[in-house]
Amino acid sequence: MEFAELIKTPRVDNVVLHRPFYPAVEGTLCLTGHHLILSSRQDNTEELWLLHSNIDAIDKRFVGPLGTIIIKCKDFRIIQLDIPGMEECLNIASSIEALSTLDSITLMYPFFYRPMFEVIEDGWHSFLPEQEFELYSSAISEWRLSYVNKEFSVCPSYPPAVIVPKAIDDDALRKVATFRHGGRFPVLSYYHKKNGMVIMRSGQPLTGTNGRRCKEDEKLINATLRAGKRGYIIDTRPLNIAQQARAKGGGFEQEAHYPQWRRIHKSIDRYHILQESLIKLVESCNDQTQNMDRWLSKLEASNWLTHIKEILTTACLAAQCLDREGASILIHGTEGTDSTLQVTSLAQIILEPRSRTIRGFEALIEREWLQAGHPFQQRCAQSAYCNSKQKWESPVFLLFLDCVWQILRQFPCSFEFNENFLIMLFEHAYASQFGTFLGNNESERCKLKLQQKTMSLWSWVNRPSELSKFTNPLFEANNLVIWPSVAPQSLQLWEGKSCILCKPIIDSPGCCLDCLWVQEYVYTAVYIRYYLKIRRYITSFYCDKNTKFTNVILNCTQRWSSISRCCETVSRALLRVT
Amino acid sequence: MEHIRTTKVEQVKLLDRFSTSNKSLTGTLYLTATHLLFIDAHQKETWILHHHIASVEKLALTTSGCPLVIQCKNFRTVHFIVPRERDCHDIYNSLLQLSKQAKYEDLYAFSYNPKQNDAERLRGWELIDLAEEYKRMGVPNSNWQLSDANREYKICETYPRELYVPRIASKPIIVGSSKFRSKGRFPVLSYYHQSKEAAICRCSQPLSGFSARCLEDEHLLQAISKANPANRYMYVMDTRPRHRVQSWWATQKDIGRIIVRISSKIWNDEKIRESDEKKRLNAMANRAAGKGYENEDNYSNIRFQFVGIENIHVMRSSLQKLLEVNGTKGLSVNDFYSGLESSGWLRHIKAVMDAAIFLAKAIAAESASVLVHCSDGWDRTSQVCSLGSLLLDPYYRTIRGFMVLIEKDWISFGHKFSERCGHLDGDPKEVSPVFTQFLECVWHLTEQFPQAFEFNEAFLLQIHEHIHSCQFGNFIGNCQKEREELKLKEKTYSLWPFLLDDQKKYLNPLYSSQSQKSAVLEPNTVSFNFKFWRNMYHQFDRTLHPRQSVFNIIMNMNEQNKQLEKDIKDLESAGLLLVGSQVRRP
Repeated sequence: MEFAELIKTPRVDNVVLHRPFYPAVEGTLCLTGHHLILSSRQDNTEELWLLHSNIDAIDKRFVGPLGTIIIKCKDFRIIQLDIPGMEECLNIASSIEALSTLDSITLMYPFFYRPMFEVIEDGWHSFLPEQEFELYSSAISEWRLSYVNKEFSVCPSYPPAVIVPKAIDDDALRKVATFRHGGRFPVLSYYHKKNGMVIMRSGQPLTGTNGRRCKEDEKLINATLRAGKRGYIIDTRPLNIAQQARAKGGGFEQEAHYPQWRRIHKSIDRYHILQESLIKLVESCNDQTQNMDRWLSKLEASNWLTHIKEILTTACLAAQCLDREGASILIHGTEGTDSTLQVTSLAQIILEPRSRTIRGFEALIEREWLQAGHPFQQRCAQSAYCNSKQKWESPVFLLFLDCVWQILRQFPCSFEFNENFLIMLFEHAYASQFGTFLGNNESERCKLKLQQKTMSLWSWVNRPSELSKFTNPLFEANNLVIWPSVAPQSLQLWEGKSCILCKPIIDSPGCCLDCLWVQEYVYTAVYIRYYLKIRRYITSFYCDKNTKFTNVILNCTQRWSSISRCCETVSRALLRVT
Repeated sequence: MEHIRTTKVEQVKLLDRFSTSNKSLTGTLYLTATHLLFIDAHQKETWILHHHIASVEKLALTTSGCPLVIQCKNFRTVHFIVPRERDCHDIYNSLLQLSKQAKYEDLYAFSYNPKQNDAERLRGWELIDLAEEYKRMGVPNSNWQLSDANREYKICETYPRELYVPRIASKPIIVGSSKFRSKGRFPVLSYYHQSKEAAICRCSQPLSGFSARCLEDEHLLQAISKANPANRYMYVMDTRPRHRVQSWWATQKDIGRIIVRISSKIWNDEKIRESDEKKRLNAMANRAAGKGYENEDNYSNIRFQFVGIENIHVMRSSLQKLLEVNGTKGLSVNDFYSGLESSGWLRHIKAVMDAAIFLAKAIAAESASVLVHCSDGWDRTSQVCSLGSLLLDPYYRTIRGFMVLIEKDWISFGHKFSERCGHLDGDPKEVSPVFTQFLECVWHLTEQFPQAFEFNEAFLLQIHEHIHSCQFGNFIGNCQKEREELKLKEKTYSLWPFLLDDQKKYLNPLYSSQSQKSAVLEPNTVSFNFKFWRNMYHQFDRTLHPRQSVFNIIMNMNEQNKQLEKDIKDLESAGLLLVGSQVRRP
């Protein structure tokens, strides 16, 4: 298929662009196969380059010959384009609609993207399972790297190499796989060097209504415990949901068959419940007219922070079992691809200093999300503005990033990366020029030949020029376990993600004008003037609040390091003199 | 000391307020004349000043002992378990007596002795000089002058001696106006904006039924308006919610008719007057014109504005609800937010902020003078005037300037600190967190403009601590006259020099004075910008706080910078000496 077929009008002049934080810009709109581009005739005015895949929903409307397209992006931005001419507007709208909902992955931008930068390190090879295993190997005598899944035949959502107990051979693993949901047999997720305890994850056991057992599964799980030790199985579902799952062939471990293990049920919501929560949250962030009471009740009704608290609490529980009680744990929900991964990865953030560094965090995402088979393609297909609600769409990864941000806020000096790094990951998970987040698991990625045909996100991020943007100037390596507070008073709404990017709102007489726009009212010249004024005001405010703050910190650190350098030179000079 | 029966109790347990597993520390409880002291097994000390205690409660006896719950005005809540009921009862009774004093002379400030001599103490009191402050603003000048009308507190007992009024307002006019205003609090200058030549003035509500009319008051309003050559019109801001004022008006009690008339003229939708009444008034005004008054048309240069800040009783119960919600163990996110919503606390904070923004905009954008009032003009008026000045003038965002602001708009203009903070055993209906709200508004501003303030959060918390502590004389009493009668300057110490000595602790490392020159702050008051102030309402619940503070680290870094800069200088001068001696040697 040629993209040209979908683009009826590739170019329109005199289009006016409105977007948050910037004054309106007039320019020429161009459509390409993957981008919507607006270029102004002035040299220094910023242009808009928007990936079609970043578009979540569009609205169009007409006032006389003037058409307006409102583009709602997956990163929560809302952009408005005023296009003269009804036909052009209709053509553009239908092209955008078609191009933003392409079915075939191979038509996505990453397959066409040619990097303009020099690749220093190929990100596809930055975090190989073998290297990750190396990191543990000095401490591990009881574990081995198994290639039982080499052809993706045992578990389609696992990578070819997984870490399993040494005592269990590949044949036993194959048997265990038939007993676990999606073939996801228990594998090592994290090894706690301090006391040798581990976190494992898996899919639910397929006990069914008649209480099926699997001797190999019991052997595998028990093999991870040392004599006399106890372990915990954390089921991310509440007990009643887990019991209902038995009717569908799923279930949970019977304590009688796993005598050394205690089972704990938590309740982390999944799927559309999370998606609806996000939709409600973004909707209330975008509503400028509401008063304080309405805002608070909508924030409450969205349940977003409740989800955050639940996930963080479960992660803290897991970390506590490991670090305080010295017990190993096994975590699973139903498939073991969503809430399970949130818990295992957050527990590592809490326990493992390395995962709080940029490189360690990338490795964590690679290991616990990409390799572990979180279905990014399905979960991130649509964001907060979509109308077609599909069961598999869910902001699971965004919730994880939000939880990391909550911990980062409580320990602002223990992370090597800053908030921008998390926002960048969020954006690229939903729309990207890189192949990293394409596909649902390793096997799909292999079939798509992503390594050969696309560029890895890590190749771009790990260049020094990019890294500097994501580095936290206050970072001081902290080798301790960090325990976050999960009290509601300690959790906050992540504005950088939810509000600032959405749409800025101010409570002045002019603000109603801004909302008139959303409410599809006709606007006038007065409105445009006000609009400009408000935009300028917001821009300055935004600068004041965020940009300067980071700059100041950067300045402070730079100044300090330059002074210490000075000091060194002077003392060296002194030594020479004396 | 006659209230203290038991001075020491051992094996007392201090419960963790938020732990669901009833974690506790065991230690010894001491009762002194001024403090309750708990020393735990790790020798960690918890001091609670008796004046800080808002309530003491003895709960039903349990197997482990007798629980004693103490809530403090600085939002500390402690939960002790005393092994023997008798001891618990003794302490309970003593604390009830000690926390509520009947006389000013029994307050801590009158016995507090920081080992300073009289000269030092006096210098401390002279640190903040309001006359100096008015000079800084640029008054007196050709339009504003110092009035000696209240020199002996004859006109208004709750105002300070020195008041600034329009130059053209004569003494009879002032006296006349003061009779027309509640508690004699006639319109006076609170802040003068030098470059815009506009003023913030404050007063109390007019006292008029249907029949009365006060020409002097009208004249004074006109004088204020005329004192601003930059703009012909002025604003009159009533900080009360409109529905409350109208219901008052309906009972014919307390609403100024001049204002009603103006409002009905400007807001056509407010036809609250009979039309013939209006005609009669017009006629009266016209008659008055012959006696040197402006005629009716000239009144239209007064614009009337309601901003809905609720009264002290609403605020008190709002805070009460907020604290109840926050005290819950194992609080869920939804309960927290629905509690936050139903308490209305953030809504009230936003209302105060919106009012101050309106005020600042009127001055900065329109160069219009503004007269602010509420009922008595010492609660909401103080909030709005001081916050408005803070938005307009960068000086008030410095440590010293902020002290001046509090001295001026709160202390000298008679915010009733002793009644609002419940310093003495008095009417609990007079207690209200009006000043706490002001501090919270300032905190919200520091959050939105991290570079605009010289001081940090700790400074605000420290001031809040001391409005209740009664350790210093500044906040004792309800007005200047009362303070003079109490001879506070002779018998107690001023807080400000002690804060200035500790200045280092209160500095905001991000403060940049250059970028703030003559900058008017324009905060964004969209609802989601208002957050729960955890560090105030949970300042003693360490488990809820972030574990690392960016401010502390930057502050340490600044310290290191200074040290390094000093090292460089030392090294350089030493190096020069050495180089010099080497040069000389051969």
